[in-house]
Amino acid sequence: MSRAEELVAIHEKKTLGFWIYLMTDCVLFAALFATFAVLRGATAGGPGGPELFDMPFVLIETIILLTSSFTIGMALLGSVRGYKTQTLVWLFITFALGVVFLSMELYEFMVLIGEGHGPQQSAFLSSYFTLVATHGIHIAIGLLWMAVVIVRLWRHKFKKTDVNRLALLGLFWHFLDIIWIFIFSFVYLIGGMA
Amino acid sequence: MKKPQLDHHHSPVRYVSYVVGFVLSIATTLLAYFFVVNQLLPKETLIYVVLVIAVVQLIVQLVFFLHLGRGNRWKVITFAFAALVVVIVVVGSLWIMKNLDYNMMNMTPDQMTQYMNENEGI
Repeated sequence: MSRAEELVAIHEKKTLGFWIYLMTDCVLFAALFATFAVLRGATAGGPGGPELFDMPFVLIETIILLTSSFTIGMALLGSVRGYKTQTLVWLFITFALGVVFLSMELYEFMVLIGEGHGPQQSAFLSSYFTLVATHGIHIAIGLLWMAVVIVRLWRHKFKKTDVNRLALLGLFWHFLDIIWIFIFSFVYLIGGMA
Repeated sequence: MKKPQLDHHHSPVRYVSYVVGFVLSIATTLLAYFFVVNQLLPKETLIYVVLVIAVVQLIVQLVFFLHLGRGNRWKVITFAFAALVVVIVVVGSLWIMKNLDYNMMNMTPDQMTQYMNENEGI
């Protein structure tokens, strides 16, 4: 086996390993979704979804995250073709969108807690905060990872290994987007119905 | 644009795939939102509509963004297994908790016996 073929084989293995990690993460989120679905009605006399959720705000959040999933795809294509500037610009846009998304989520949490509807108010709110914040933590880790990739690309020459790392980051980001689609549908759309 | 720094080889993944995936994702998101905000259907039906739209979007993103089915076959197999576990966890929890809810309706044992006599044909 030549060196190049060996590298491809190693990358294949790493991709599969990372993919299996993502699948186990799916199971983690499934447990949180099930908890939320079961505790949806347990508001302990406090407000439920329809009173608490600001639907247009959440729609904007969703569209921002969807767009960032698209832009990281563009960065990926740029990297596969070897264009460093294109990759960096798209990555930077993705990073900015991710920061906006996370800030909006934190703002939403702060408003809820500020009004006294924190996770300690009811089982419904506990499960809501656990589910949405777990996704938020994943996004924060993804942003940290993305920052590392951006700085590396900026300061060093473009290498084949950078393309491979970026491919894994892309997988992670797309995966988080899919999880959010389910949070949007289950928690906000169905949970917010009057 | 600057010259590519790696050898320029033909990539099997194309821009079209991402653009189509993006447009379809936005469309399905807005469709679900539109249905719910305008309350076009009764609540029970609406829940299933939102569920179906979410699954459609899942498939769209798996195909156009994650390119599932391309490359290693084990990716599909592990995905199928994870999907099975997810369905068992979520549907199983809801099913069992619904039954428990029913059996623990705020009643004394006597009231429960009476309720079951009247409604369950026991």
